[in-house]
Amino acid sequence: MKFGVCVFPGSNCDYDTYYVIRDVLERDVRFIYHNETNIKDIDILILPGGFSFGDYVRPGLLASKTALMDAVIDFAHKGGIVLGICNGFQILTEAGLLPGALLPNVNGRFICKDVYLRIETKSRILTNKLKRGDVLRLPIAHHDGRYYVDDKTLKDMEENDQIIFRYADKEGNTDNGSNPNGSVSNIAGICNKEGNVFGMMPHPERASEDVLGNHDGLMLWYSLIS
Amino acid sequence: MKVRILIMPKEGLLDPQGRAVMELLTSKGYNIESAKVGKVIEMEVDDSVDIEEIAKKYLVNPLIESYKVEKE
Repeated sequence: MKFGVCVFPGSNCDYDTYYVIRDVLERDVRFIYHNETNIKDIDILILPGGFSFGDYVRPGLLASKTALMDAVIDFAHKGGIVLGICNGFQILTEAGLLPGALLPNVNGRFICKDVYLRIETKSRILTNKLKRGDVLRLPIAHHDGRYYVDDKTLKDMEENDQIIFRYADKEGNTDNGSNPNGSVSNIAGICNKEGNVFGMMPHPERASEDVLGNHDGLMLWYSLIS
Repeated sequence: MKVRILIMPKEGLLDPQGRAVMELLTSKGYNIESAKVGKVIEMEVDDSVDIEEIAKKYLVNPLIESYKVEKE
């Protein structure tokens, strides 16, 4: 099993992600640069966080139009597993691989803090080591994390088990007070209908080792490789 | 030919930048009913370039934005 970590100009969580896969999970991994098109050797693709192309025009837009993303779209359509974290999530919505969009946080600020997430999905690849209702603590660090989708699509997503995480409190209650950025229905992470493309605003790669004070993110990586 | 694509947050969506501008101006005593912050992309192009296609395919996200094209 080989991971690929996509690198765009302005990606800045690429090395953290690469490190977790190589040194913590002990899996094969390589960087894939934004102008590459041959990703045939890759089984799982990660789009890391950062500010690809400086977030110019809209976060994720310019990255979503690169040669690499054409290959990623093809990879996803063939059933390949793709996980976008933070800016990677923004890139996936801009590329049309995931529904909805990420808007500026409702308070107009960059938010950098730990949040609690409740697992919403019954059974998806990213969370198969967890069960519905479990609560994780993971960091968020974003300015544009307010998930938006229209009511009809949201309803379809709920029916298709596409909501992976909701922002919650420590006990798993998802109320307004636990919504850090104004996301529709407290949504922090989703997948496509087919269940092979995932997007999430929180950063599991920053919480995958005890030395960093938190290893809740490991459960997601272990799920992916199981 | 000079063209401009004016991109605005879609009607009904909260625009924190617009709200901040409105709060500033209201605090200075102006009677502001609403404020929105969008963006302008200005290009020099020849007549053969399909601006609508560029806007729709590359620059505007119709889920969250509306746009109009101005030509000089």
